[in-house]
Amino acid sequence: MNAQDAEAALAQELRRIAPDVDPAEIDRDADLREQFDIDSMDFLNLVTALNKRFGIPIPDADYRRLASYAGAVAYLVEKVK
Amino acid sequence: MGEFRMPSLGADMEAGKLVEWLVKPGAPVKRGDIVAVVETQKGAIEIEVFEEGVFERPLVDVGATVPVGTPLAIISGKEEVAAAAPPPAAEAKPAPEPVAAPPPPPPAAPPPPALPSVTAGERQRVSPAARQLAQEAGVDLAGIQGTGPSGEVTLADVEGRAGKAPAAPAAPAAEGAMTGMRAAIAAAMARSKREIPHYYLAHTVDLTAAEAFVARHNEGREPAERLLLGALLAKAVSLAARKYPEFNGHFENGVFTPGPSVHAGVAINIRGTGLVAPAIHDSDRLTLDALMAAMRDLVVRVRAGRFRASELSDPTITVSSLGERGVETLYGVIYPPQVAIVGFGMPVERPWAVDGMIGPRRVVSMTLAGDHRVSDGHRGALFLSAIENLLATPEAL
Repeated sequence: MNAQDAEAALAQELRRIAPDVDPAEIDRDADLREQFDIDSMDFLNLVTALNKRFGIPIPDADYRRLASYAGAVAYLVEKVK
Repeated sequence: MGEFRMPSLGADMEAGKLVEWLVKPGAPVKRGDIVAVVETQKGAIEIEVFEEGVFERPLVDVGATVPVGTPLAIISGKEEVAAAAPPPAAEAKPAPEPVAAPPPPPPAAPPPPALPSVTAGERQRVSPAARQLAQEAGVDLAGIQGTGPSGEVTLADVEGRAGKAPAAPAAPAAEGAMTGMRAAIAAAMARSKREIPHYYLAHTVDLTAAEAFVARHNEGREPAERLLLGALLAKAVSLAARKYPEFNGHFENGVFTPGPSVHAGVAINIRGTGLVAPAIHDSDRLTLDALMAAMRDLVVRVRAGRFRASELSDPTITVSSLGERGVETLYGVIYPPQVAIVGFGMPVERPWAVDGMIGPRRVVSMTLAGDHRVSDGHRGALFLSAIENLLATPEAL
């Protein structure tokens, strides 16, 4: 999957779990949870949405790779064929 | 024939604004159906009906703000439907006394795990932040086409409109004045601190067993089936509350009434707005998986700005958990008419002595704020110990 598609998908799912977050204001390298005060339930809902959308497993151990916006985009590019 | 009334959605609520009818006159309704949306300081609340029959006719126009207890509509019983004659239209009744919280809701259906999706023809969804700004700026939400991914009206949508709004008609609040949800929280918490003689207990709990249980459970499971520690905390508090009924129920008019069931209110932070603690119905009887699904569903709906009337009025005890970020200890303030709140801080790793050996352990600070009109510290300590024991044997949760 290319970075552009990954980013579009991520932005869409992020806004679905946190409608009050404006993707235009995202600092790509900062911790998403710190930056937008996303709690662990929101984060799990984001992981669940990405799992359902792309059919990739995303084990607990990979959560840290999704910590930042840029990291999550890179993860999707790598994992989604 | 029954009257469907403006429900009380918390000790602090005096009136609500009818925003929308979701059923048409003549439509059959059954217990648990959502028939109306009411705007309160806590946001838009879906109101359920508690009897079976036919939605005869509305008594209040959309847009009207009426006191708690005001009849909103006539619901005919099944047998009366055929015979029902139209009653006189305008009976000028004095404003009725506020009614007690609505009767218990029907057994909760398993909540849909799906994320919210709004298709054409469904009603408008508005994020809490957007709703607050709209209220402050005097923007009419009805005229806004939401651009959120589920079609909800977002903060940006309202900002765009607020900027263009012709000379904001709303009387500007005084500098620093509280509005919306903050005012609702202030009213409830001021009443709590005024009326409830709080006492506080704190204890540190070893999370090793509980966290290992969560890790084992999640191993190899799809994200949709994974657990969070928060579900175990809520379940443990709920089970302990069943055993110690003086922490589970409502204190009203000088009398404590233990809850017939345990409906744990779980505190959910709404970014930039405040917090709500809606009920997970029968939280002591749900399996961990079902409780987790219910909590997820609740968080998603709170984010989308929609929860149900019974979820606000029914909590019998509150659980407030800081989760993975924050500080070690949280001291709660009891939400009236409840009589207890259990707080969990952020889990931390600390040196811990077990069997004469010191080693690193993950622990969490657990607190209780209890109501001295109903219980005392001795029973509170037993209650917290029961929660600790449950968390040490998570297989039994």
